[in-house]
Amino acid sequence: MKKEIKSSVPADSEIILGILNDSKEILNRLYVTYFPMVLQFVLNNNGNEDDAKDVFQESVIVLYNKVKSGNFELNSKLKTFIYSVCRRLWLKRLNAQSRTIRNIEDYSEFIPVEDDLERHEEKDRQFEVMELALSQLGEPCKTIIEDYYMQNKSMQEICEKFGYTNSDNAKTQKYKCLQRLKKLFFSPK
Amino acid sequence: MMKSDIELTNQIDAYLRGELTESELIDFENQRIKDPAFDIKIVEHQNLVNHLSDYANRLRLTSEMNVIHESLDIFALKNEVAPDAHIVKRLWKKYRINTAIAASVALIAVSGTLLSTGFFSKSISTNVSLLRREINSIKKSQNALIKNINDKPSKGPVNPGQFGGTGFALSSNGYVVTNYHVVQGADSVYVQNSNGEAFKAKMIYIDPAYDLAVLQITDPAFKDLNVLPYSFKKSASDVGEDVFTIGFPRDDQVYGKGYVSSKNGYAGDTVAYQVSIPVNPGNSGGPLLDNRGNVIGIINGKQTMVDGAAFAIKSTYLLKSIEAIPQDSLDKKLILSKRNTLSGLSRKDQFKKLEPFIYMVKVY
Repeated sequence: MKKEIKSSVPADSEIILGILNDSKEILNRLYVTYFPMVLQFVLNNNGNEDDAKDVFQESVIVLYNKVKSGNFELNSKLKTFIYSVCRRLWLKRLNAQSRTIRNIEDYSEFIPVEDDLERHEEKDRQFEVMELALSQLGEPCKTIIEDYYMQNKSMQEICEKFGYTNSDNAKTQKYKCLQRLKKLFFSPK
Repeated sequence: MMKSDIELTNQIDAYLRGELTESELIDFENQRIKDPAFDIKIVEHQNLVNHLSDYANRLRLTSEMNVIHESLDIFALKNEVAPDAHIVKRLWKKYRINTAIAASVALIAVSGTLLSTGFFSKSISTNVSLLRREINSIKKSQNALIKNINDKPSKGPVNPGQFGGTGFALSSNGYVVTNYHVVQGADSVYVQNSNGEAFKAKMIYIDPAYDLAVLQITDPAFKDLNVLPYSFKKSASDVGEDVFTIGFPRDDQVYGKGYVSSKNGYAGDTVAYQVSIPVNPGNSGGPLLDNRGNVIGIINGKQTMVDGAAFAIKSTYLLKSIEAIPQDSLDKKLILSKRNTLSGLSRKDQFKKLEPFIYMVKVY
């Protein structure tokens, strides 16, 4: 009864390289190739397509972090890795909602991914703290920080955008904003 | 080298972005090595910037994925990977273990019960087959008193009916009761009164368990009867009570007299009395009345090879059966008579009064 999902599967090494280069093309192929597998797993195990979307996107984030941190070794197939992460994430979520599942319908082999998920949880937590810190930062700090540190805009652009006549003013402002963010991020109330 | 914090921050940012000139970069690196406090400031700053870029990367990745997700045909994908086609199959897969356990428990319980009640022992099996033979013998010995009209030598006007029995009025507006076995399988049913007038009737209710059928006279020629002279007895009658019946074993009403000889019918059938009374084919469906003119039963059969053992369905079951008729399905209200005007009359007068209410039932 278990259907094999067929499509032109990109080589694992190709995907790794694409992730390191932030290739949109590779992200697209990764998504199209592996999402149906996860959809199938979640649908057959008490979930809906939105659950599948959440779980799959989270697993891609895990994969990206792992690859970019440089400790991704191809000791398993990429497919197996994604499947295992999604499986673990979904079962955890079911458990958290106290929706138990007796017989798990599996569609692929899987490997233990506890370590990866532990790292992911830590990152996830930091993501949430940063989100909160930024939201508490207030304007114009939030935009300055986002423009400079996240969008990598130059001080020149930021000066023009905010109408600072003196680039020293802009620098002072950026410094103050960063100090505030540091406080919010490292010692949240 | 003293620098304000603002200057320092700018310098670190420039350093991290690789915007320092070569000489600035050498100065910077030297200071990091020389001054640990300076180095810590850089590490702290870098840490925060890394968190910011992680945050930014994740936001970007998620929004890119959402764009891709939007472009997918989720509905088609769902169909492709849909939960193993059949919900029944899924449930079966999910609950097969529970089902198996439930089935085993049921099996053990059933076989345990059968074993403990001795179902598997030989003696019971013998009894069961004995019982079956009894049932067969009931069929053989108890023949229903339907008169096969065709068997009779035809005299006078030819009676075109296939079978006949007796019936009597339940109410003055055209409801008649008879035995189910009399009208069973009938194409059409007529009732004929003692004056020889025949009316078309239809079956409105049957109760095969008590061998009862209720007919309604639908013929436009039928005119409502007078008030019924008899009532229906709600309690059981005693053994030894004198009873009489009127029936149509032939084309004229025939009176018969006897007594209740047992409170149960054939083989302990509690639905019927055993009555010692001369009855013949055609008497089926006739009223069995006591001296005061209460209907206590309906003649429905007799035992062959035994003299004077007829059977009559008890009136309590007739009342029960009539109660079960859904009243809203009837054209006219079926109200049973509660008044009895036969009490105290001589048998001759009782017969005269009863005559118009007793019909021959003709079945085609």
